[in-house]
Amino acid sequence: MTVHKNVVCTFCGCLCDDIEVEVEDNTIKSVKKACAIGKNKIMHAITEPPTPSVNGTKTSIDAAVTEAARILSKARNPLIYGLSSTTSEAQRELVEIAEITRGNLDNCSSYCHGPGVLARQQTGLVSCSLGEIKNRADLVIYWGCNPVESHMRHLSRYSLQPKGLYTPEGRKGRKVIAIDIRPTPTTKRADVFLQVSPGHTFEIASALRALIQGEPLEFPEGQDTVGDVPIDSWRKVADMIKGCKYGVLHFGLGVTQCRNSDINVEQVARLVQDANRHTRFYGVAMRGHGNVNGANQVMTWLTGYPLCVNFSKGYPRHNPGEYSTLPMLARKDIDAALIVATDPGAHLPKDAVDFLKTIPTIHLDPHRNLTTPWSSVVIPVAPVGVAATGTFYRMDNVPLRLKKLVDSPFPSDEEVLKTMKEKIVYAANS
Amino acid sequence: MLRIANGRVHDPTNTLSGTVQDIVMDKGAIISTDGIPQGQLDEMETIDATDCVVMAGGVDIHSHIAGAKVNTGRIMCPEEHYSHVSSRTKITRAGCGRCVPTTYRTGYLYSKLGYTTVFEAAVPPLEARHTHEELQDLPMLDKGCYTVMGNNHLVMQVLSDTDPVRRKERLRNLVSWLLKASRGYGIKVVNPGGVEDWKWNVGAADLDTPTPPFGVTPRQILGGLAEAVDDLKLPHSMHLHCNHLGEAGNVATTLETMRTLEGHRAHFTHLQFHSYGKTPKGGFTSGTVEITDYLNKHPEFTFDVGQIVFGSTLTMTSDAPMEFHLHQMTKGKWASGDIEMESGSGIVPITYKPKMLVNAIQWAVGLELLLLTKNPWQVVLTTDHPNAGPFTAYPQIIKLLMDKDYRQSWVEKLHPKIRQFTCLFELDREYTLDEIAIITRSGPARTLGLDRKGHIGVGAEADVTIYRTNTDKSTMFSTPAYVIKHGEVVVRDGEIVKSVTGKSLGVSPEQGERLDDELTDTFDAYYTVKMANYMVEDEYLDTPEVVPCG
Ligand code: SF4
Repeated sequence: MTVHKNVVCTFCGCLCDDIEVEVEDNTIKSVKKACAIGKNKIMHAITEPPTPSVNGTKTSIDAAVTEAARILSKARNPLIYGLSSTTSEAQRELVEIAEITRGNLDNCSSYCHGPGVLARQQTGLVSCSLGEIKNRADLVIYWGCNPVESHMRHLSRYSLQPKGLYTPEGRKGRKVIAIDIRPTPTTKRADVFLQVSPGHTFEIASALRALIQGEPLEFPEGQDTVGDVPIDSWRKVADMIKGCKYGVLHFGLGVTQCRNSDINVEQVARLVQDANRHTRFYGVAMRGHGNVNGANQVMTWLTGYPLCVNFSKGYPRHNPGEYSTLPMLARKDIDAALIVATDPGAHLPKDAVDFLKTIPTIHLDPHRNLTTPWSSVVIPVAPVGVAATGTFYRMDNVPLRLKKLVDSPFPSDEEVLKTMKEKIVYAANS
Repeated sequence: MLRIANGRVHDPTNTLSGTVQDIVMDKGAIISTDGIPQGQLDEMETIDATDCVVMAGGVDIHSHIAGAKVNTGRIMCPEEHYSHVSSRTKITRAGCGRCVPTTYRTGYLYSKLGYTTVFEAAVPPLEARHTHEELQDLPMLDKGCYTVMGNNHLVMQVLSDTDPVRRKERLRNLVSWLLKASRGYGIKVVNPGGVEDWKWNVGAADLDTPTPPFGVTPRQILGGLAEAVDDLKLPHSMHLHCNHLGEAGNVATTLETMRTLEGHRAHFTHLQFHSYGKTPKGGFTSGTVEITDYLNKHPEFTFDVGQIVFGSTLTMTSDAPMEFHLHQMTKGKWASGDIEMESGSGIVPITYKPKMLVNAIQWAVGLELLLLTKNPWQVVLTTDHPNAGPFTAYPQIIKLLMDKDYRQSWVEKLHPKIRQFTCLFELDREYTLDEIAIITRSGPARTLGLDRKGHIGVGAEADVTIYRTNTDKSTMFSTPAYVIKHGEVVVRDGEIVKSVTGKSLGVSPEQGERLDDELTDTFDAYYTVKMANYMVEDEYLDTPEVVPCG
């Protein structure tokens, strides 16, 4: 029996790195310290792999990779998509494949936290590492996120309970505000819960900015609400922000996916900036998938842009309206797809999936899922962080190295993609 | 083997000043021609460098090229990528960007300027892995990075130890450990105490302001770390970004910092930003006369200039409070990132305008530092890329230094009051080619403790740049005829002809194999990563090379 300590869980953006995993005979026997989701993911990481296949016929990995390379070499406008749950090393290969094939490159943030990423292009973001929240934060705001269910250990490891260097009382020393459209297990943990009506993020952030700047907000009789919450409640929130020593605002999909999404996040980011005239105040995006942040990072250092990149002219071009996955699929613009570490069959709208089914689609994944049955080329891979190593970026940009705990019969994403890339280059040169 | 024939060699380390001689290299190193028969020399692959200037490859001591804040800068400024693009070729990768280019493009652009070695200037250990990942994707150059320590809690905790003997020993151990954990090359100090003060929302740190909660002052941090550099015999001196960057009158703090560090080795980075006097009304003036008077008497100190380049760029530094103040002035984009237990950072776009008096003074201050410091071995040419401007402006700055008439012609373009606050236009000095070689390669290599770089004597690394002579020095230095990296031609007439991977330069001082128990307890209690996951693994370094201490 081997006990692996300090294992990094790759499931959500928290990347908890204190997991203990017991392995015997190349089988995971137990997982300690992880949350229920993380534990389940690690326990079952190497179960249910898909069968390598081309057009539904079982084949070898090598033959599948060769066919994938052939498809991508022939394609006039391929889409390379996913990236969010694979390593930065594999992501680096994917960028190069997009370059070589003069294709389009996009990651899952294009329809989750993408608006937050675009907001950064407009305003920047004042943020901090998760340990700063643990060590310093006396005010914690959860806005449009429900970490109790989505990032189960966020509260205990980073944001709410931990006793930090300057927060020796842990939860007792913190004031907690939750803003959401419905009660959730997270809002129940807050001192102040403001249940807002949907679609008011911009308005709320604007009101808070005005209050923080000391503007006297005046309302007509009987209409003194913002987002259906009385303005007096927002006044209290503004005072709490101004009065804290080190405040942190966590924002989730409830903010990024609100109507007119990127301007909402821009306004929230500006609110965070404004608050710094009075105190230290930070915004932290509650990134979902384990390494979706890494996908943004890798794409940026290699292409200049965190998402929605097109290489048809040989150099990277960025246009979220044009080169993000959903509009491209809606326009039926692409003629082949390489999908890595995501399950579009489960996540994308039906029309988009229906279109993907009509073009050659290559899918790399450690598990059989809703994309497997209809993919033209299926390539099983070793699950990262369990049977393959590499780098993941935590939601706060801290990169961590994943461990290999067991052997998989399949190669890693990185290995498959390297071979695929070499085959494409060879085809181009011959 | 490769021979460069008949070039005019400017190699100040070996006192060659335009001497016409052959340079021969083999297996990545310069070798002696003695004993090689003429027949063999003539048969060797030869580059005819007749009428060309031959220098060692350029060495940039301070540039922001990789890591978390650089990448945040790239994300924040897509508008500056659109019109600066490079397509993929059979040899090169695609990329874009002007002041924060993508990694491959950064490597190519540096290489095309004749640079072969570059150091990333600020890396918080918690994010060091990111820096090294980017450096792996940055071709053509040997590279290293400096580990930021000036606001590190563990450092301050040790400095608050009241037993002087134990304190010194513990600090030495901690510094070694931090360098090993982050795979750093040297110690970087940025606004010591000031970043931590900012996190507490208290005012700027002076040298004797106690930093909460340890009560340690910036002066103690500086003294302690400078001593550790000496004791550990690190190849590079402490790399210091002083307190009060960019403030009128900061020359007083800078001089006081220099006096504090007398007797130690120190490299003052982007000194231009720290050399401002103050008018009675609080406005900016040049403080370079005081600074260079001091430096001319203290040859043990070196500095890089951080020369302003007019136009738009992006400021980025671990000096988070400075960036906050800049944001308050510009009211534009602002990114910031506090890093637990270690440091912070900030990023703000800026445009330097010649008609803006402060910017014009800053521009003059940089050039004055370069022209008033008598010993060029103390000076390194940098733009603190991209803070004061992109590194691609180096040839333009070289022209300003070498051509007095050209420099004088700028007076018309600047704010009309420029002469009132600076002395630049009274200075007649013109840099020679030897002096340019010193401030762009020989000097920085020596300051970094890199014996085999910055020169092309026997035994040196075969990193060579060949420039076609031209009266317009900007043209001459912007398009080398050849750049040779590790004995191979990588650039010919401004085009990359071969892509190569450089080395990762690091150090491995004695001690620092593990943290002491007290610091381990602090680490375990207050970091959010496990110590075992903090240390950057071997996988993140391509071709690592350990530069010896001592
Ligand atoms: S919170 Fe996220 S990273 Fe942590 S154990 Fe759960 S799923 Fe894994």
